[in-house]
Amino acid sequence: MKFGVLMFPGSNCEHDAYHMVSKVLHRPVEFIWHATKDLKGCDAIVVPGGFSYGDYLRTGAIARFSPVMEAVREFAATGGLVIGICNGFQILLESGLLPGAMLRNNGLKYVCRHVYVRVETGDTPFTGLAQPGRVLQIPIGHMEGNYFADEATLAQLERNRQIVFRYCSEDGQITEAANPNGSLANIAGICNLQRNVLGMMPHPERASEALLGSDDGLVVFQSMVQSLELLTTRS
Amino acid sequence: MMLAESEITPELLSHHNLTEEEYQRIVQVLRRQPNLTELGIFSVMWSEHCSYKSSKVHLKRLPTTGQRVLQGPGENAGIIDIGGDYAIAFKIESHNHPSFIEPYQGAATGVGGILRDIFTMGARPIAAMNSLRFGPLDQVKNRSIMEGVVAGIAGYGNCFGVPTIGGEVVFEESYSSNPLVNAFALGLFRKDQIFYGKAVGVGNPVIYVGSKTGRDGIHGATMASAEFDEESESKRPNVQVGDPFLEKLLLEACLEAMKTGAVVGIQDMGAAGLTCSTCEMGGRAGTGIEIDLQFVPQRETGMTPYEIMLSESQERMLLVAEKGREEEVFQVFRKWEVDAVTIGHVTADGLLRVKDHGKLAAEIPNAALTDEAPVYQRPLQRPVESHRSPEPRRTARSQLACGAVLRKFLSSPNLASKEWVYRQYDHMVRTNTVQLPGGDAAVIRIKGTDKALAISLDGNGRYCRRHPRRGAQIAVAECCRNLVCAGALPLAATNCLNFGNPQKPEILWQFSEVIDGMAEACRVFETPVTGGNVSLYNETLGEGIYPTPVIGIVGLIEPITRTTRCWFPADGQIVALLGQVTRPSSEYLEALSQAFVAFAADMESPKDAYTLWANRLPCPPLDLHQERGVQNACLEGIRNGLIRAAHDCSDGGLAVALAEMSFSSFRAPRHGARLQVPAGEFPTEAMFGEYQSRILVTLDETDCRAVQQIASRHGVEWLRLGTVGGDRLIVEDRGSVLIDEPVAELESIWSSSLGQYFQR
Repeated sequence: MKFGVLMFPGSNCEHDAYHMVSKVLHRPVEFIWHATKDLKGCDAIVVPGGFSYGDYLRTGAIARFSPVMEAVREFAATGGLVIGICNGFQILLESGLLPGAMLRNNGLKYVCRHVYVRVETGDTPFTGLAQPGRVLQIPIGHMEGNYFADEATLAQLERNRQIVFRYCSEDGQITEAANPNGSLANIAGICNLQRNVLGMMPHPERASEALLGSDDGLVVFQSMVQSLELLTTRS
Repeated sequence: MMLAESEITPELLSHHNLTEEEYQRIVQVLRRQPNLTELGIFSVMWSEHCSYKSSKVHLKRLPTTGQRVLQGPGENAGIIDIGGDYAIAFKIESHNHPSFIEPYQGAATGVGGILRDIFTMGARPIAAMNSLRFGPLDQVKNRSIMEGVVAGIAGYGNCFGVPTIGGEVVFEESYSSNPLVNAFALGLFRKDQIFYGKAVGVGNPVIYVGSKTGRDGIHGATMASAEFDEESESKRPNVQVGDPFLEKLLLEACLEAMKTGAVVGIQDMGAAGLTCSTCEMGGRAGTGIEIDLQFVPQRETGMTPYEIMLSESQERMLLVAEKGREEEVFQVFRKWEVDAVTIGHVTADGLLRVKDHGKLAAEIPNAALTDEAPVYQRPLQRPVESHRSPEPRRTARSQLACGAVLRKFLSSPNLASKEWVYRQYDHMVRTNTVQLPGGDAAVIRIKGTDKALAISLDGNGRYCRRHPRRGAQIAVAECCRNLVCAGALPLAATNCLNFGNPQKPEILWQFSEVIDGMAEACRVFETPVTGGNVSLYNETLGEGIYPTPVIGIVGLIEPITRTTRCWFPADGQIVALLGQVTRPSSEYLEALSQAFVAFAADMESPKDAYTLWANRLPCPPLDLHQERGVQNACLEGIRNGLIRAAHDCSDGGLAVALAEMSFSSFRAPRHGARLQVPAGEFPTEAMFGEYQSRILVTLDETDCRAVQQIASRHGVEWLRLGTVGGDRLIVEDRGSVLIDEPVAELESIWSSSLGQYFQR
């Protein structure tokens, strides 16, 4: 099982994801350059955070045209696991791999702090090891994390249980006060209909070691490992 | 030889901030009249900003060497050995003038500049911090400057991908028209990966990399070497515009190019751009550099040699590669889609020779621009103190309730939580941040080792105004104290010296005193100064800032498990003070009493009463050896696993420090405490006096004896204050209650105060 971490010009969380996979999960991991269409046989792709292409035009708007994203789209279409974190989530939205769009935070400022998110469904390869309702403390760091979608899309997300994480209070209540950026329905992370592509604004790789304050985010990657292992044993 | 294309008039000289004597010196060096391009080159290299002409003779008195110092002042940044295979490069630099004229871009490019200073040495930046000073926030202009500066720092650092992990923010009227923006960065590398800004190897190609050159920032260095007047805002075009995305690409490309082994020297183009990087790289190596401007990538057409040489366009570097291996370098830069062009070569003649399409445009000996630039021993004069005879001792002391004073103090922007600021900074990227902002010192781990680094930035203009020498000592002492409280041994320092006009003898006297104080303190704490920056002419309309030396010190925590925090860790912990509560009947004590009498009148005013109060105080007393004893005792207690929490007592005194310890922190709830403080007849003075050399610690009951013994071995007073518990902060003195406040209310005042200024 091998993880691939994409590198766009301007990515800046790629080393963090790489470190987490190799030094905390102890799994093989490789960087994948934006100009290639070769995913090097990776079993899971991390689209990391940062400011791909300087966030010029719109966050993620230029990265979607990278050759590597073409490969990622094909990879996702065949059921491959793709997780987009922060700018990675924005790229997945712009690429059409996930529905909706990002607006500027309602406070109009960059926000970096720990938030609480509630696991809304355990029925994804990213949350298989987390009980629905479990509250995770994971940091955010973004200027555009105010998720938006039209009513029909939101209804679809709700109906198909595609909302994977919502911002919540410490005790798991979905409140306006717990929403750090004005995100629609407190959405912090969503998956696609096939459930193999996840986008989330909080940074689970920043919450993977107790030394740094929280290791609540590790469950996301551990769930991915588990579901990949299940696939391997099945095949 | 080329001729002067224009007459050198007194107006032209004054426009270039050059004196008649300096001009005569130029003629002497060149043995002819300079042309306009050469005049421009001299003017920036001989500016205060680049030449340190007023400060150099004083800076020599700072200690700069030590066992761990691999590189002291003179390079792009200082380098310290942190043991094992690793070294760190770090430095602090000011961007005060541009930040006043254009807050966002001024601050952003300040961050960009200091980051380049770090990665030009081969180190990957892993931490940024900043020390900021603004005027009072009740003035809309100051709020707007602060919003712009904070957004600029965030905009640049967040995109670049360096965590901004701490610093200081201070508010004071003296910074109203002269905000101070001092940016610090620290990078990590292996000891065998260090690069220097030297143009070695005659015949080696000189390669320009990074952003294209435009007309922005021409004369930035000269602007930073003059006072402000009403016209200053029209200097906005002199402020550069930053592109953090390009800087990130430049970082990755430079580090990757260095790995090829084909790079022999590299330097960033900061102030004075192409001029400074060419002559300094040649100057350091004792070589010459010849470039042809036709090869310089340009953003605009029709730029003159003068403009190209003086442009301060951002995100550019100059590197010298091994002849014949240029292609290895170009390949890396192509991958990152960053311009890289050979613009010249290293020569043996020691000259900076600039051609434009083959035609000679300037020719100056490198040494004349660098080591042989003018140095002035300017006159200095201790200011005549408006020595009012000391006011008669007041028998009537203020009857202020300490609880009410504490509430008022905690609402001061100077003492309140700075969360409004740091939550705009990405302080977690790179996943090394062990201590989130808000602690005594920032702490980051070094991956793959058992080490962590602690960093603190400290300055105190209001003490330095009263007593420059002791104020500077206190800045160093407090900075080290903060590191010790985090469990770190202070290693080395960098400084940013912010002052007014050095041509005023009183200002230069302040500068000289500060250097002596800093030198003395850095010797006592064994923290050599490895570099830094001097920012003079921080004056608007003749009104100078408080003398404000800012010191940044880096400490080592090893093993990382000894990282200590400043919050009460658990109920039942014993709270104790290392050091003295007050010192009896000193001048300082008397001044405190008087300040409280005046404070009583300010209590009801919407003004920042704490800052008014603090401004009435003299500089507190300090005994450096006593201070060192307190710090040594604390560090020993931490390293032996006895001290569980430690917090430095500084601004706002004992009471504010106790309140801060009781507040909640990440994943840790707030705790009350019940404490006895022998305040005698001076309760407010004891609770709020800003006495130095004091650290509050907490420990297990069973460890009290051991810590007491450590303290007495270091000749340090130990005072047991009480126990952590409950939800109120209660301070008593032999049965009489001084403070009895719910911690939740105190924390709410402290945490919401700063943000309230910015609510629309």
